[in-house]
Amino acid sequence: MMKKKTSEPFDLGSVDTAKGQESYPENQNSREAELVSRSPSQQGSQQGDLHENLTGANLTGASGPIEGELKVPDRSIIAPGEVLATGMGYLPALGTYRSGNDIRASRLGMLKVEGKVLKVIPMSGRYLPKRGDTIVAQVKDILMSGWLLDTNSAYQAMLQVKDATSSFIEKGADLTQYFALGDYIVTKIINVTTQKLVDVTMRGPGLRKLQSGRLIEVNTYKVPRIIGKHGSMVSMIKDATGCKVVVGQNGWVWIEGEPNMENIVLEAIRKIEAEGHLAGLTERMKFFLEKKTNKKITIRAADDAEMQESSSSFDGERDRYNRYDRGRGGGGYGGDRGYRSGGSGGQGGYQRPWREFRHDGGSRDQQGGGDRREGGGSGGGYRDRGFSDRGPDRRDNRSNFRPGSIQSRR
Amino acid sequence: MQLVNIMAYTKRLDGRKSFTELRPIEAKAGIIKSAHGSAMFRIGKTIAYAAVYGPRELHPKFMQDPKTGILRCHYNMMPFSGSGERIKPGPSRRSKEISLVTKNALLPVLDLTDYPNAVVDVFIEFPQTDAGSRCAGICAASIALADAGIPMKDLVAAVSVGRVDDKIALDLDYQEEAYEDGPVADIPVAMLPSTGEITLLQMDGEISKEMLMKAIQEVRKSVGQIYEVQKKALKEKYASNAPIADVESDTVDTGVATAGNTSGASGAPQAPDLEALDRELDEN
Repeated sequence: MMKKKTSEPFDLGSVDTAKGQESYPENQNSREAELVSRSPSQQGSQQGDLHENLTGANLTGASGPIEGELKVPDRSIIAPGEVLATGMGYLPALGTYRSGNDIRASRLGMLKVEGKVLKVIPMSGRYLPKRGDTIVAQVKDILMSGWLLDTNSAYQAMLQVKDATSSFIEKGADLTQYFALGDYIVTKIINVTTQKLVDVTMRGPGLRKLQSGRLIEVNTYKVPRIIGKHGSMVSMIKDATGCKVVVGQNGWVWIEGEPNMENIVLEAIRKIEAEGHLAGLTERMKFFLEKKTNKKITIRAADDAEMQESSSSFDGERDRYNRYDRGRGGGGYGGDRGYRSGGSGGQGGYQRPWREFRHDGGSRDQQGGGDRREGGGSGGGYRDRGFSDRGPDRRDNRSNFRPGSIQSRR
Repeated sequence: MQLVNIMAYTKRLDGRKSFTELRPIEAKAGIIKSAHGSAMFRIGKTIAYAAVYGPRELHPKFMQDPKTGILRCHYNMMPFSGSGERIKPGPSRRSKEISLVTKNALLPVLDLTDYPNAVVDVFIEFPQTDAGSRCAGICAASIALADAGIPMKDLVAAVSVGRVDDKIALDLDYQEEAYEDGPVADIPVAMLPSTGEITLLQMDGEISKEMLMKAIQEVRKSVGQIYEVQKKALKEKYASNAPIADVESDTVDTGVATAGNTSGASGAPQAPDLEALDRELDEN
């Protein structure tokens, strides 16, 4: 049974190679046999559209030897090391590896069969920073030229001064007046290096400091469910409760609204976490929210254009963090006197009217019909991707607020 | 005369039916809510709790490895966990050694290259022990690591095997380990169920080469049982997350479609492409 002993620790990759070498002649033979047995038309399709062949009939072994056999049903829970399929007919993808003739799982998760391709989708684990993710982070330290943030992962993120605001910041300025220690912010990851150095920016719609409200922690792998397709789920919750909700990809969720409504949001999120995989989630959540809030809820179809604009906010302040400000005639860098990023606000900064930044040219006022309201209104027409920026935040008293501590999920 | 007959080791001292029978095993995943992953593993009267924290930041900095994340294991018996004598708390020569061999037993299945400079901490606590604790600890820890979502190519199953008098016995309890009327050897073995590769092999006592090989064969036969229990524990925890019906279309499957979370999607199709390329090369 035991084929070899490894005296040194090996990683997944090297094991694969070792296995590959061991079974290579055999694989080659079976592959050749497969080629011989394949009819010309099938060979054609092999070379042509691979995907077509993935779902092709030779999977079932209709012609020639059976190429592979699935050992566990699609969408089942898989433990590490479990055999998913045998034979060369299946292909290992994310979360799986080939060991000899078998495909095994290389982590805990749910099996997803896509034609021939086998994946194991993770269901647990800590957040790993990824470029483009919008996260909720906490200021841990302040350096010469920026802030160090806790991202609820193994790695801290760096927010450079130039990415922090669009206003001019004097060199040597007190950075706590922008973000103080302990502040929570909504921020976006702009880069992650191979060594997991994380850079974030505050320039983009909806990216801002969080004032008051409460923060909870959820499973990062449930975040897509909480947000819903094109933000449908989170906007339903927001509509129903009138709360402001920001769902960070890193599993930190910020909620602000009336206390009893905040509780409903909390319950709703816990419910999604528990039942997110079951069919009819949207309907159930709608029923749940209607019962809790005694309000009629209509599920609206997702609309990309509206979604883009939905991170609506207070007009006057919005442009500060607008990502379109830079390099659009907003004036260059402020010489060697400090950091600046163009745009408006601040001392000496170039002031632009926010309307110019709208990238689709449309007027926001007309965008969502007449039902969009500011503040914790009663179910206005908000829609977004889990972060919205419709609060009267970024007031001048920046430093005198500390959000409460995180309520751990566990 | 009569005394000799009673003392001869002819059957399991705790009433097990065969020499290759394991003590009753029970496992549960996710019992420590504040940990990133956790598990309980009980074999007979030995109970192990494992909690995994991380991957998380590693300090002091000089311990960081820029190539990969590192694993730290902490083995600890609770003061009341022995059979009467109070176990002195704190690290001892013995617990440090066991922490080390536990780490070495687990590391071969882990892939921490995604977590450079980070650490995964495993804390293993024993509220009650009756021999075989390092094996129980390894079993618990591997469930907990899987629960914590750490990439690993297999679970690690471990059990002790031994020689008592002239018999090979699997999964010794303390009575057998302390058998006084004949030679005893206690051999904890950790193995990967999928390949049979051995990640821990220690020995205390005296045993012949032939008996040792036979003893390892016995372990090989029974790791499957342990693996099944470990697997079941993990599946039970996530059973409530198992799909009853197909996920409806209005919710997002994997997060690939929302919130710019695209690297998962782009990673997957590469495998078939490579395979196709490979096949093309073969054909030519």
